[in-house]
Amino acid sequence: MSGEILFGLCGAALVGIGLYGVICQPGALRRILAFNLLGSGVFLLFGVIAKRGGGALAAAGEGADGDPVPQALVITGLVVAFAATAIAIALLRRLAEVSGRGTLDEGERNP
Amino acid sequence: MESLSTLGIWLAGLASADGTLLVVPLVLPVVGLLLALVLGGRYLGPFVLLLTLLGLAAAAAIAIVVFNGGEALGYRLGGWVPPLGVSLEADGLSVVLLLTSAVVILGVAAYAQRDFRPEPGAPETRGSLAFWMLLLGVWAGLNTVALAQDLFTLFVALELLTFSAVPLVSLDGRAETLAAALRYLLFALLGSVLYLLGAVLLYGTYGTLDIALLAQGLGGYAVGAVPVPALVALALMTVGLMAKTALVPLHLWLPPAHAGAPPAASAVLSALVVKGSFFLLLRIWFDLMPGLLALPVAQILGVLGAVAILLGNLMALQQARLKLLVAYSTVAQIGYLFLIFPLAADAPGWALAGGTLQVVSHALAKGAMFLAAGLVYGALGHDRIRDLAGVARALPLTVLAFGLAGLSLVGIQPSGGYLVKTLLGGVAETSNAWWWGLVLDAGGLLTAAYLVWVLGQAITGSGRTLDLVRRPRPSRELVVLTLAVSSLLLGLIPAQAFDLIAIGRASGPDPIAAAWAGAIGWRGLAAGLWPVAVVAALVLIFAPWGAGARVGPLGWPARGAAALGGVIDGLDVGLRRWPVAGCSLLVLLIGLAAGLLVGS
Repeated sequence: MSGEILFGLCGAALVGIGLYGVICQPGALRRILAFNLLGSGVFLLFGVIAKRGGGALAAAGEGADGDPVPQALVITGLVVAFAATAIAIALLRRLAEVSGRGTLDEGERNP
Repeated sequence: MESLSTLGIWLAGLASADGTLLVVPLVLPVVGLLLALVLGGRYLGPFVLLLTLLGLAAAAAIAIVVFNGGEALGYRLGGWVPPLGVSLEADGLSVVLLLTSAVVILGVAAYAQRDFRPEPGAPETRGSLAFWMLLLGVWAGLNTVALAQDLFTLFVALELLTFSAVPLVSLDGRAETLAAALRYLLFALLGSVLYLLGAVLLYGTYGTLDIALLAQGLGGYAVGAVPVPALVALALMTVGLMAKTALVPLHLWLPPAHAGAPPAASAVLSALVVKGSFFLLLRIWFDLMPGLLALPVAQILGVLGAVAILLGNLMALQQARLKLLVAYSTVAQIGYLFLIFPLAADAPGWALAGGTLQVVSHALAKGAMFLAAGLVYGALGHDRIRDLAGVARALPLTVLAFGLAGLSLVGIQPSGGYLVKTLLGGVAETSNAWWWGLVLDAGGLLTAAYLVWVLGQAITGSGRTLDLVRRPRPSRELVVLTLAVSSLLLGLIPAQAFDLIAIGRASGPDPIAAAWAGAIGWRGLAAGLWPVAVVAALVLIFAPWGAGARVGPLGWPARGAAALGGVIDGLDVGLRRWPVAGCSLLVLLIGLAAGLLVGS
């Protein structure tokens, strides 16, 4: 099994675990963490593509040394995911301060 | 106004050589964001108003250049050429989005001047700084969505839009709005990760994210031979963007978020923010892979749109609070946007024109409705529909604006909504898909029903004098009325304006003018009005008008309607539970991917 396939499978597994967590976990903090797992899976896939080279590069065998573009994109993606996590945590902390709860009540009626 | 047009012409002259002008709509809001920190909340209102005026002038200048030039205006950042570089491009669609967001944000900025301003001498509040900065953030995000041409820049733009929109929901800091904002953020993040995953797959297959280059790469295949990763990517991106656009059954976050936000924020969220992700769907389906629109899978999007129209309108009809009614009306109006996908196979130009027009028309009308609801709330201290009696006498302009915007949503000519229905109904008729026309009509009539219900409540109670908490300033009522009237008169724009939408598109313009001929006239007006009159009569007869009455005066039809309402309400509550919505998302994803793989 080549390194790319191994890391690709790891990425897919992370995406799967993250999706399960975001959809099934009731606690808001766990959902935020699961979102981060999901995002990490996507970034890992991007890393695999960086190693392998995208599209035509891969076909021509030129991507073996690494394609720098996905790495630049992943860094931006990481920053975005970090900002998202920060906003979510800030909202959750304030929610806990105001109402004392850390979950989003299911079946909640409209305000 | 004259100085504005002079400025516009000057800007147009500045930019006609290269596309430098395209940078202005991106830079203006960001410069405003930075300066806002220096200025502080006390003086931000007029400053942002000035910025939005400049932004409108820039958008108008771009529109003039694109329209006169007849081709898309492009700009390459730093002179780098794609695939390595990032390019901006203003085609007809971008111009429409730029103009619409500039107009609505200008209206909201004029409306909200005093909403968040601290009293003289009092310390600044959180809202006074945050609202204006977030408004600028939303504007920057929308302009970037309109101009960016590669899928990753579009991802960043969407995130900027979401991150600015989410805190707008919870500006007042109450527990319910905080929960609504968090729920909105988490579901939108789920959508953006799916979108990003799709972009990754496309990059892995083609080695570029530039839409034009990708379309070239994909254009080499017959519909049956598109590679599997590209199809999976299309399914992932579509579902992710549907979650951010709040198409039923992924609408769990929209009603509490849009109804709980301050009125000025609700107007921006409902009128513009959901359109950002929809605009990206247009880019992907119409620019990236137009061939795939012919597949049966496009019907899935149309069916969801139809369900959204019916469910959203039926839910709006039974809301007790005005802002929630308007929010559910947004759920329904988003459905109209998705009706264009099944209709696009036969007449892509008409379908695209109808969808774009719906974006503009709904943005103006919904902005006016939320702002009007906000004025009512501010004046009465509540927005319970059953206690609105006497409002029409106290705030005639506001109620008039609400009614006119509502007429546009119903689709009475000469409104924008009427043209949307004419265009889409015309396509449905020529391609023998009459059921879409039926959905369009049913949606309009249900809209008329809740409009009559609200206006009826507002008009009653002539003998009562209302104790107003605060009387709105006439200027604010005028802003709302202007938005509503412009939505109502949108149908009077000349048919040539539609050539603008086709600029920069390979398919070329469809003969839209043919659909125009005879669309507006007394006969059409009468044909549109009598069903609405029948619905109004039905509502007047059957609705529970008396104070405290739960069902109408006539026994079984009212009880039947109440029972049906209970079922619909239960369905909506069920669909909006988090695990249910999450599973719907997965099912949709698998369904779309399977449909694309099998169909092609």
